[in-house]
Amino acid sequence: MADLVSHPDEVRVVSKRFGKGATNIDRYLELDGYKAVQKALGMQPDAIVNEVKNSGLRGRGGAGFNTGMKWSFVPKQSPKPKYVLCNGDESEPGTCKDRLIFEHDPHAMIEGVIIAGLAVGATTGYIYIRGEYRYLLEIMQKAIADAYSRGYLGKNIFGSDRHFDIYWHGGAGAYEVGEESALMESLEGKRGIPRIRPPFPAVVGLWGGPTVINNAETLASVPHIILGGADWYANLGPPKNGGTRLFCLSGHLEHPGVYELPMGYNLKRMIYEVGGGILNGRKLKAVVPGGSSTPILSPEEIDVAMDFDSLTKVGSMLGSGGVVVLDETTCMVKFALRIMKFYQHESCGWCIPCREGTDWLKKTLTRFHAGGGLKKDIDNIQYLSENMLGRTFCPLGDAAAMPTISIVKKFRKEFEEHLDGRPCPFEKQGKIEELPVMV
Amino acid sequence: MRLSEQFESRFAEMLTHYPTKRSVLVPTLLYLQDEIGYLSDEGIAEIAQRLELTDLEVRNVISYYSMLTTRPRGKFNVQICTNIACLLRGGEELLEHCEAKLGIGHKRTTADGLFSLEEVECIGACSWAPAAQVNYDFHENLTPAKMDSVLEKYKNAQ
Amino acid sequence: MPDVNITVDGKKVAAPAGTLLIEACKNAGIEVPSFCYYPNLSLQGACRMCLVKVEKMPKLQTACTTVISEGMIVATNSDEIRQARKSMIEFLLGNHPLDCPVCDAGGECELQDMAFSYGAAESKYMEPKNHKEEQQWSPVVYFDRPRCILCYRCVRVCGEGMDVWALGVQNRGVSSIIAPNQDDHLECEECGMCIDICPVGALTSGAYRYKTRPWEMNHVGTTCTHCADGCKTTLGVRRADTGMEIVRGDNRDKSGINGDFLCIKGRYAFDFAHHKERLTQPLIRKDGRLTPSTWEEAFEVIGSRLTEVRDCDGGQAIGVLGSTRTTNEENYLLQKFARVVLQTNNIDHHRTADFPAFVSALTERPEAAASMRDVYNAPAILLIGNDPTEQHPLLAWQIRNNVRLHRARLYVINSQPIKLRRQATSFLQIPTGAEAQLSSFLAGQDSAIDALLSGPTSRDEWISLREKLRSEPGLVIIFGSEIRGSDVVSLVKSASGIHDVKFICLGDYANSRGAADMGVYPDLLPGYQRLADPGKFHEEWGGVPRAVGFTLPEMIESATAGKLKAWYVVGANPVGRLALDPFAFSQSFVVVQDMFLTETAVIADVVLPAANAYEKSGTFTNTCGDLQLVKKAGEVTGTKSDFEIIVRIAGSMGYDVRKLVPFGRGMTADMGQSRGAQSGEVDRHGVWLEASGLELKMSPFDPMAILDEIQRLLPGYAVSRMDLLAGNAQHTALPAGKAGALHDPKLIVPADNNLFSSGTLGRYSRTLNSVIENRHKKPEELEVAAD
Ligand SMILES: Cc1cc2nc3c(=O)[nH]c(=O)nc-3n(C[C@H](O)[C@H](O)[C@H](O)COP(=O)(O)O)c2cc1C
Ligand code: SF4
Ligand code: FES
Repeated sequence: MADLVSHPDEVRVVSKRFGKGATNIDRYLELDGYKAVQKALGMQPDAIVNEVKNSGLRGRGGAGFNTGMKWSFVPKQSPKPKYVLCNGDESEPGTCKDRLIFEHDPHAMIEGVIIAGLAVGATTGYIYIRGEYRYLLEIMQKAIADAYSRGYLGKNIFGSDRHFDIYWHGGAGAYEVGEESALMESLEGKRGIPRIRPPFPAVVGLWGGPTVINNAETLASVPHIILGGADWYANLGPPKNGGTRLFCLSGHLEHPGVYELPMGYNLKRMIYEVGGGILNGRKLKAVVPGGSSTPILSPEEIDVAMDFDSLTKVGSMLGSGGVVVLDETTCMVKFALRIMKFYQHESCGWCIPCREGTDWLKKTLTRFHAGGGLKKDIDNIQYLSENMLGRTFCPLGDAAAMPTISIVKKFRKEFEEHLDGRPCPFEKQGKIEELPVMV
Repeated sequence: MRLSEQFESRFAEMLTHYPTKRSVLVPTLLYLQDEIGYLSDEGIAEIAQRLELTDLEVRNVISYYSMLTTRPRGKFNVQICTNIACLLRGGEELLEHCEAKLGIGHKRTTADGLFSLEEVECIGACSWAPAAQVNYDFHENLTPAKMDSVLEKYKNAQ
Repeated sequence: MPDVNITVDGKKVAAPAGTLLIEACKNAGIEVPSFCYYPNLSLQGACRMCLVKVEKMPKLQTACTTVISEGMIVATNSDEIRQARKSMIEFLLGNHPLDCPVCDAGGECELQDMAFSYGAAESKYMEPKNHKEEQQWSPVVYFDRPRCILCYRCVRVCGEGMDVWALGVQNRGVSSIIAPNQDDHLECEECGMCIDICPVGALTSGAYRYKTRPWEMNHVGTTCTHCADGCKTTLGVRRADTGMEIVRGDNRDKSGINGDFLCIKGRYAFDFAHHKERLTQPLIRKDGRLTPSTWEEAFEVIGSRLTEVRDCDGGQAIGVLGSTRTTNEENYLLQKFARVVLQTNNIDHHRTADFPAFVSALTERPEAAASMRDVYNAPAILLIGNDPTEQHPLLAWQIRNNVRLHRARLYVINSQPIKLRRQATSFLQIPTGAEAQLSSFLAGQDSAIDALLSGPTSRDEWISLREKLRSEPGLVIIFGSEIRGSDVVSLVKSASGIHDVKFICLGDYANSRGAADMGVYPDLLPGYQRLADPGKFHEEWGGVPRAVGFTLPEMIESATAGKLKAWYVVGANPVGRLALDPFAFSQSFVVVQDMFLTETAVIADVVLPAANAYEKSGTFTNTCGDLQLVKKAGEVTGTKSDFEIIVRIAGSMGYDVRKLVPFGRGMTADMGQSRGAQSGEVDRHGVWLEASGLELKMSPFDPMAILDEIQRLLPGYAVSRMDLLAGNAQHTALPAGKAGALHDPKLIVPADNNLFSSGTLGRYSRTLNSVIENRHKKPEELEVAAD
C-alpha cells in the first residue's frame, strides 16, 4: 500500500524482500525463506542466543537493548510456559517501518518469532499488531495459516521434534500498549496499564510465564543474522550497534520514505542525500532523530552518526527510527504543543506525574501558543517537565518530558516571541484553540 | 444476540489461541464493533457473558482503547492524522478542509449518517504524510483535492 | 527467616526477607509518604509519593514496590526526594478543586496533610480546572470526581478485600475515572469500605456528608450493635438538643478484631437512635391506653405489681425475657435480678445458636474455641451452613482475606451456593436439612452418606474430603445454626483426631453469645453452670431458686393458661419477632423496656424507654467468645440504660441494691469508663444516689461492678481488664467440667438477618431502609422480624 523508495546508500537486509511478492509463501521460499529457522533447528539454544548477542543487534523498539542479552535473561527451566511476543504496536509518532515488514515480508516475522522461541525454549508466539493496521493483520493471518499448512508451524515443525504455535492478535488503539508490560496486559484482555517491574517479562510475563518481547523489526532481523552470521551483521554497523535499520524519513523533506541504512549512518547525509534535502530548498530548523519521544536536535547537532551510542552522546536517542525533519517555517511552540497533545491523549493515566503533567503542559502550551503566554510559563513548562522526568511509572512520562525540555532549551527565543499576546509568528492568522474539556 | 457466522467462527478460533478466555477481549470488541457499528449495551453484555466478565470489566477495557466506541458513528469514519509528521505536511489543513466539507467537527457524524470525522494520533504513515484512514483503509500523500475525491469515492460506493 | 539488614538515612534497619521497603521504613519509625500504597492490598506504584533514593539505582525508586535486599542503602529525605514529593502534590493540586472548606474530608485528608508537609502551597496552575458534578452512586455513596486523586484504593478494597468488584477504572489519561458497576450507580454490599479508605474527599458517605466537621466531633471507640461478629467501631458524636447525637461510624484507628473492616450496618446503621418514633418517656396503661408518665411513677407501679405477684403467686408466676443486644453486665444483672429478687428461674431469650450444646460438646477441651483472629490466621477452615457474607460480614472478610493473603484452604459445605464458595478450595453442596447427616458422616458414620448424595458430589469425593479434613492441622470448623444439639457433639467428635482443631458456633445478634454466657436460661446459670449445681453463685447471691424455670414456649403456655401473672421483657420483641400470640401477654401484667413501641410493647402495661448499646457502657461477647468493651457514645434525653432500670426496679421492690450490684467491692468502681463521650453521669444520678444514702462515686449503676462479679465467678472471663479498657478484644475461654446442656433443638430460631436487615432495630434505620428501597424489592421480602 505505502510507496516504496530506494537510495543507493541503502543496505537491504530487513527490506531485501520488500516489493518482491514475498507474502506468497512459495515466493518467500525462493527468496531464501525459512532457511534460517531450519538452520536454527540444528543449533543449541545457547548458540542461537550467542549468535544474536554477538551480532550487536539492539532492540528496534526504542530502548536499544542488546537482543541476545535480553533473551539470555529467560530462565532455562520454568514451571510455566514461555512465550515470544512480537511487538507490532508501532505507534510512536514518526515511525512507520514495522508496517512495511508486515506488508511485504510477513513470513520473516514468523521465522524470527520461531527462532526466538527456539533460543529461549518457548513453544508459543504471539504477534501483536496495532488495531489500525487491520489489513496487515489479515496479511499476517494468511501467512500464519500458510505456514501451518506447510508444517512450518504446529507439531513437529519442518519434520523436527519441535513444536511451535504462532497466533495473531489485534489491538484497538492505544500508544501505551506498545510499552512491553502494557502490551502483555492488553494481550491478556485488560486495560493497557503497565506492570510493576521487577519482575521483568523475561522472568514473569504473559500469564505469569517467562516472555521475550521484541519489536517487529528486531525479530525480522534475526533470520538474517542466523543465515549471514553474527560477524557479518555486526560489521554492517559501528561497534556494539550491529546491522542496519529502517529509518522513517518524514516531515519537510524532498524524498521522505522508509530507507534501510547501516547503523551509524550520518544524519546530515541522511537528510540531504537520502531524503533529498529540505522541501522547497528551505532552511533546516530542527530534527527529531528517533520518534516523537526523543530530544530534538538543532541544525548544529546533526553531523552525528545514527547509532544508539552516538545519539546518547549528543543528548538524544536513536529511538524507533523515526526521523522527522522540521524546516524554518515550523513553529516550535506549536510543535511542542502537538507532541504534548499526543502524550496527554495517550497517557494511560495510571501515575500522577504523567497523567497530570501531560494535561497541565498541554493546557499551558495551548494557551501559550494562542497568545496568552506569560514569561513565567516558559520556566514552568521546563519545571513541570523536569518534575515528570525519571519519576513516572513507565517511560511514557519521560517520552513526554524529554522532547519538551529539549525544545524549550534550544528554542527558548521562539517561546519568547509568543509572549505578550502576540499572535504566533508562524500562523497565517492567530488561531485560538479551544481549551480541552474532560470527557 | 445473533452475530454473523464469520464473527462466530473467528471468535471460536480465537478462544483456542490463549490460556484464558479473557485474552480475546480486545480484538473481539473491535470485530463486534465492525459488525454492529458500535459497542451497544447489548453487545457489551453479550461479550461479558461469553467471557465470564462483568459488564463493568468490559466497559473499563472499552473506554481505554481509542478505536472502541459505545456511541454509533457514521458508515465511514474519516480519521485524519495531525501528529507531527502530518502536521508538518498539512495535516491540520486537511482536517479543517474535511470539517468544512462535511460540515462536522471532531467525533461528529453527518446528518445522513454517512460520515464521521475524527482527528487521530499517528497512524503509521509518517513518510507518506499527510495521511488519513477511512475505516481501515489508508489514504496517503493527501491534499485537500485528493481528499475530496476520496470522500467522493466513498459517497458513491455506499 | 533471617532478617535482612539495610541502612535507611544512616540508620541500621533489619526486617524479615520479603518486606517492602516502605514497611521496613515505617517499622523503623521513618515515614515514607504514600497515597496508593495500602497494606494488604495489591501494589500499584501509581502515586509516586514514596520515591526514595536507593544506592546504585539511577532513578528514584518507589519504596512501596521495592523489596528490601541485604546491604541496601536508602535515603528518604534528600532535597531531590523532597522536591519529587512536592512536585507530586503540585501535579495533584493542579486539577484539584481545592474546596477544602466544604469538603467532608477537610481536617482528615491525606492530600491536605501532605500539601502541608511538603509545602506545595504556591499555585503555579493558571488553567481552568477540569470540572464534573458530584454524583450519587447509592443512598450511602457519593462521588466527587474532581477531588479524586486516583489512588485506586477504593477499587482494590472493593474487589480484593470485599470480593464485590463493583468499582472500576475507565477512560485513560487525565480522563481516567473511578466508575461504578451500573453505569451511573452502584449495586453492591454498601459496606462503605471505599469511603473509609479514600484518602481524600472523593468518596463521601450519604449518612455523614455536610453534617459536621471532623474536629467538631468527639470520637468514641465501641462495639457494633448489629451482628454477632463484634466489629470495633468508632462513633463520631456531637452535642444535640436531645443529648448526644451520633453522626458517623467508622473504624478510623483500624484497631480491634476487624482492623479496616465495617459492613453497612456497622458503618451507618446507628441512625435508629434518632428515629422519630423513639420512646423518650415511660408509658403507663391508664384506662386502656398507654399514657406518658414519669419514671418515678413507672418504677412505683412496676415495683408494687411485681412484688405483689411474687409474694402472692410465687416467682414461677413471673416470666423474664432477656435480650441479645444488651450488655453482658445487663444480662448478668437481669438473670441475677430474676433469680434473687423475683425468685424465679423463668428466664429465657431469643436463642439463635446452640451455645449450650457447643459448651457441653467441648467440656473436655475448652481451649478449642476459636477467636475471630484465628479465622484470619488459620491454615484451613471448614465452613458448614450459614452464609457469612450476609450474616457474618466480618467473619466472611476474615475468611476471604486469610485465603487471599495467607493462602488458607477453605472448605465450604452448604445447601446453597453461597458467595464464599468463590474463595473455597472445595465447595460441596448438600440437600437442605442434611446437616445432621453430614455431622454423622464426618464423625465416621458411613451410612449417613446417602443423605448427602443427591447433589453432584460423589461418594468418593465425600470420602476424600473427609480424609483431607482429617489431615488439616489447625483447622477451624465454623458452623451455623443448622447444626444443633447432638449434631454439634457429632461434629466435634468428627474432628477429635485433628491436631489443634478449633470451632466457632455462629449466633446471630451482637450479644447472643453474651446472653448465653451470662446464663439467660431457665436451667443454666452464668457460665452454663447447671442449676442443680449452683456452686459459687449460691454463696455469692445468698441462694438460688432450685426449680428449673420455664423456657419461652413454656412461659407462653403458662401465660395462656392464666398462670403466668407478670412478664418482664427487656429489649426483646417476642410478639413481632417470634410471631407469638399476643393473647399470651394480654392476660398478665407486662413490663417492656425498649427503644420503640414494638409489637410487644403496644400490649404492655408499662413501657420504659431504654437506651441502646451505643448509649451505655459494658461489654459484649461476640459469637467467637471475644469479649469487647461497649462505650457510651450517644445519648437521648429521657431514656435510661437497661442496667439502671433493672437496679431501679429492684430498688423499688425494696431490695438492697448493694447486694444486687456489689459496687465498691471489686477491683474498679466507675472511674469514668462508662461515661463515654460525656461527663456528668454522676451528677445526673446525684439526687437519687444521695437520697438513697450512697456515695456519689460508688454507683450501683456502674456496670464495671458487675463485670467485677462476672470476672470473679466465671474463670473464662478472667481476662485482662487493662487490655479490655484499651479497646482490645479478649478471647474468653469456655467453661470446663460439667457445663452446658442439650436442649430441644426447636428452641433455636435463627434471626435470618441479611446485610441490610437487623431485627427490629433495622426497621428503624433510615439508611438501611433507603438502601433496601433503592433495590426496588417488595416490602414483604424485607420485613425482617424483630429481636
Ligand atoms: C510508551 C512506550 C511505547 C512503546 N511503543 C512501542 C511500540 O509501539 N513498538 C515497539 O516495538 N516498542 C515499543 N516500546 C518499547 C517496548 O517497551 C519494548 O522495549 C520493545 O518492544 C522491546 O523490543 P526491542 O528490544 O526489540 O526493542 C514502547 C515503549 C514505551 C515506553
Ligand atoms: S508514565 Fe504513568 S500515566 Fe504515563 S503512561 Fe506510564 S504509567 Fe501511565
Ligand atoms: S504523524 Fe501522521 S501518520 Fe505518523
